Amino acid sequence: MVLAALIFIPVAGGLLSWMADRWHPGAAKWVALVTAGVEFVLTIWLWLQSASAMALPAHGGWLAETRAEWIPRFGVSFHLAMDGISLILVVLTAFLGIVSVACSWTEIQKRVGFFYFNLLWTVAGAIGVFLALDLFLFFFFWELMLVPMYFLIGIWGHENRQYASIKFFIFAQGSGMFMLVAILALVFVHYRGTGVLTFDYFDLLNTTLSPSTELWIMLGFFIAFAVKTPIVPFHTWLPDAHTEAPTAGSVILAGVLLKTGAYGLLRFIVPLFPEATAYFTPVAMVLGAIGILYGAFLAFAQTDFKRLVAYTSVSHLGFAVLGIFSWNPWSLGGAVMQMIAHGISTGALFVIAGILQERTHTRDMQRFEGLWSVMPRLAAMGLFFAIAALGLPGMGNFVGEFLVLMGLSTSSSVLAAVATVVFVASVVYALALVQKTFHGENKHGWQLHDLSSREMATLFSMAAITLWLGLYPQPVLNAAPNTVNSPPAIAVARHEINVE
Amino acid sequence: MPSTLHSDSLHFDLVTLSPLILLAAAAVVVMLAAAFYRHPRPVMILTLAGLVLSFTALFLPFLPQGIAGIASPQVTALLVLDHYALFFIGLIVVATFVVAVLCYRYFGGDESRHEALYILLLLAALGGAVLVASSHFASFFLGLELLSISLFALIAYPRFTEHPLEAGIKYLILAGFSSGLLVFGMALVYAQLGTMQFVKIGAMLAAPDGALELYGLAGLALIVTGVGFKLALVPFHMWTPDVYEGAPAPITAFIATVSKGAMLALLLRYFLMAGAHQSQSIIFALSLVAVATILVGNLLALLQDNIKRILAYSSIAQLGYLLVGFLAFDQLAIEAVAYFLTAYFVTMLGAFGVVTVLSDGFNGGSAGEFPDAVERDSDRLADYAGLFWHRPWLAGVFTAMLLSLAGIPLTMGFIGKFYIITAGVEASLWMPVITLVVGSIIGLFYYLRIITVMYASGPEAAGEAIMLRAASPSFAESVTLAALALLLIWLGIFPAQLIGVLEGAGVGLT
Repeated sequence: MVLAALIFIPVAGGLLSWMADRWHPGAAKWVALVTAGVEFVLTIWLWLQSASAMALPAHGGWLAETRAEWIPRFGVSFHLAMDGISLILVVLTAFLGIVSVACSWTEIQKRVGFFYFNLLWTVAGAIGVFLALDLFLFFFFWELMLVPMYFLIGIWGHENRQYASIKFFIFAQGSGMFMLVAILALVFVHYRGTGVLTFDYFDLLNTTLSPSTELWIMLGFFIAFAVKTPIVPFHTWLPDAHTEAPTAGSVILAGVLLKTGAYGLLRFIVPLFPEATAYFTPVAMVLGAIGILYGAFLAFAQTDFKRLVAYTSVSHLGFAVLGIFSWNPWSLGGAVMQMIAHGISTGALFVIAGILQERTHTRDMQRFEGLWSVMPRLAAMGLFFAIAALGLPGMGNFVGEFLVLMGLSTSSSVLAAVATVVFVASVVYALALVQKTFHGENKHGWQLHDLSSREMATLFSMAAITLWLGLYPQPVLNAAPNTVNSPPAIAVARHEINVE
Repeated sequence: MPSTLHSDSLHFDLVTLSPLILLAAAAVVVMLAAAFYRHPRPVMILTLAGLVLSFTALFLPFLPQGIAGIASPQVTALLVLDHYALFFIGLIVVATFVVAVLCYRYFGGDESRHEALYILLLLAALGGAVLVASSHFASFFLGLELLSISLFALIAYPRFTEHPLEAGIKYLILAGFSSGLLVFGMALVYAQLGTMQFVKIGAMLAAPDGALELYGLAGLALIVTGVGFKLALVPFHMWTPDVYEGAPAPITAFIATVSKGAMLALLLRYFLMAGAHQSQSIIFALSLVAVATILVGNLLALLQDNIKRILAYSSIAQLGYLLVGFLAFDQLAIEAVAYFLTAYFVTMLGAFGVVTVLSDGFNGGSAGEFPDAVERDSDRLADYAGLFWHRPWLAGVFTAMLLSLAGIPLTMGFIGKFYIITAGVEASLWMPVITLVVGSIIGLFYYLRIITVMYASGPEAAGEAIMLRAASPSFAESVTLAALALLLIWLGIFPAQLIGVLEGAGVGLT
């Protein structure tokens, strides 16, 4: 029941927030904040509850489960379940929910109620994606979170918002349609084999597929996840969407929506299609490595603050892709770590970009310069998160990238070496970001307010989490490998045999 | 049939036929009422009452006891009122009800003399109901003509205005042409097999040496062509955008739903009962038509700037999707087609309902009486700029309808498309299914374009003069649109009950 509540709370909170705005202007953001807060407290409570269960994976790693009939005709059920990986991603989502409400506090001035409605529904859809274990339900949430996100970008976005929002929607929905066909193909192969029509994850796990069928079905899933993650060359929607979205939209996009793609790779692609994955792994890994370098190189060619950060996402998520396809405990732990750390650090950079945009009405780094003298707190925060993004030891991103490279080097040392090159590139873009924006002389004569206490609180909490992830990553890593030991374990075993 | 049972079985037959009889009786009563007391309001109320009665009569066969329970669904060789027919008659009756409600204010309310419109609507609904219940070429043709002839008059009802008249004449020529093809096709099938009953045709073809020869095959091809015109399948779709644009908005809703839905339900029945799906060449041709319909409908919709034309091309594409499910020809196909059609009915009625509500309509049906009557509906994209910010509920309903057409979750359109793809994948129709996916991706673009315009604010909206006239929806219109939107979402989240009904509807046909 608690899992259904996790989805229901933001849904109800969104509706309430929309209505509250009509009754009492200004109430919407409080309703949204309380909703996000309750959600976050609930997820933390779940984490504390299950900390002991995760240390001893006695129940196969599954911490909670809910199942109810939904559409019996197709064997579709409302089946939610949570294991370690779902749990930390849900915690991340809930936390970024609070951050995105906080960073919209003064930025969003028009149609406030509808804004928070869309924001909370996106969060609800993403949490649904992380919890659904029925493939129909998964697809349902997968598509559902797109519509409110489309509105967030299309209504409250920046100059080129209409183009960006339509592009985002078409990429995400279109690739989703291929996944739908693949899901149905998988379900009917299973139906022909067993006579049972079901969309349940556990039932479909052991479907026997002929190699070519498996490959085609796997590609159908892969394209949807590759667009979301994003994997080069399916990333072109991302810079536009991230740049044009309002701050909260960028935070949720980078922090949560991209993770749904990586989560899909982890939860569905490898366990459901072990043989096809083994066959396809070299391609996926090369694409991941290309993404790491390509994203980093494009990032330092940008002059738009948000666009730069958007390209770093392509680079960072490339590590997650490499980690997932290497499929060993180190690399998987690293991939999960990378997902969480990227969510926090990139989210924080978008918050900083939003603060700058709100005060200066520009994101063009050539028009900044010397902001350190007028906004020392913001500049310090900017430096902190830029360093986190480049992967300095002691911060979460470093742990993720290090573990991924360690795991990767056991299977492909060439790719690991190639991916390591990015540490040079990321230093260049991160320091370029800091130098262009904050260092130097204040030639443009900016007179700006420094961070307010609300903004300080937001960024400080994110900085604290980044440090915690970097210095004591064990709680997150405890949660992650459990996925490897539970149902997909079969898949792992088979996969490893194939690799050898 | 034995003579001793004659009076009893006649009695049963009348009970079975009661939905159709009530529709016909309603048309007569409404006509008489209009002759003696010319006021639209009582006439409209009588119409709605007739439709409600007819709808209630659909449930007679489901009564647990009494004569209705044992009556045979087959009434003479012409009509069969099985669950399949009853379901579609229900759909047609409800759609007609919605259209009648939408017509009232649009055609001038109580101040105008538009009573005849309701008679025509009832007759058209009767024609549609006969079509879905027909099991014989004669009733097929009868139902079709009743539907088409009422439609010419309905389309050109504002007869002093240019566009509806033009649309009416286009439709007249097209309908005459396609009826000609149909009759010729039926004659050719009859020439080979010597029967006009669907079941007997099916039985003859199922016999060991039975297969369609040249005559029969040519006849089947002509029938499919004739129906293809009515369904606006590519390459027989040219008339659709013009007629949709020219016809008054509520009548457009009627053409898009009742006329197309009844034809498709009939075609599916014909294929299954008369065994036409055994003919590989026809199936191949229909697959090509489905692929072409999806692609052409979606691509041409991209080029339009008029909402009614976009919806026209969108409805062409939707029919293409339907064909994908149709081609599976099994129990799942019937369910998929029926569910998708239901979703399509709700969505199209809702979408054209919004267009209707936003339009001034035709006061009195004659521009002469009201020289300031506007010559067109609110159907330009620019009319919808920023709609969400001054008419949020209306824009919300329209958004829901468009998202349903695009097949986004929480709407019936999603479940419908899911059903269709399921049927297609189950029958391994890979080519049409992939085309459907590509088509939906293209389709997103023009649906989003309308949505984006509706939600545009600031410079985008201010640049366009806001053309929306002051027309405010009547209470009945608001309730209807709200009900459609709620239905759309309710059945999009909890489709299990409707699916249960549909499972019953398909029994006995395959």
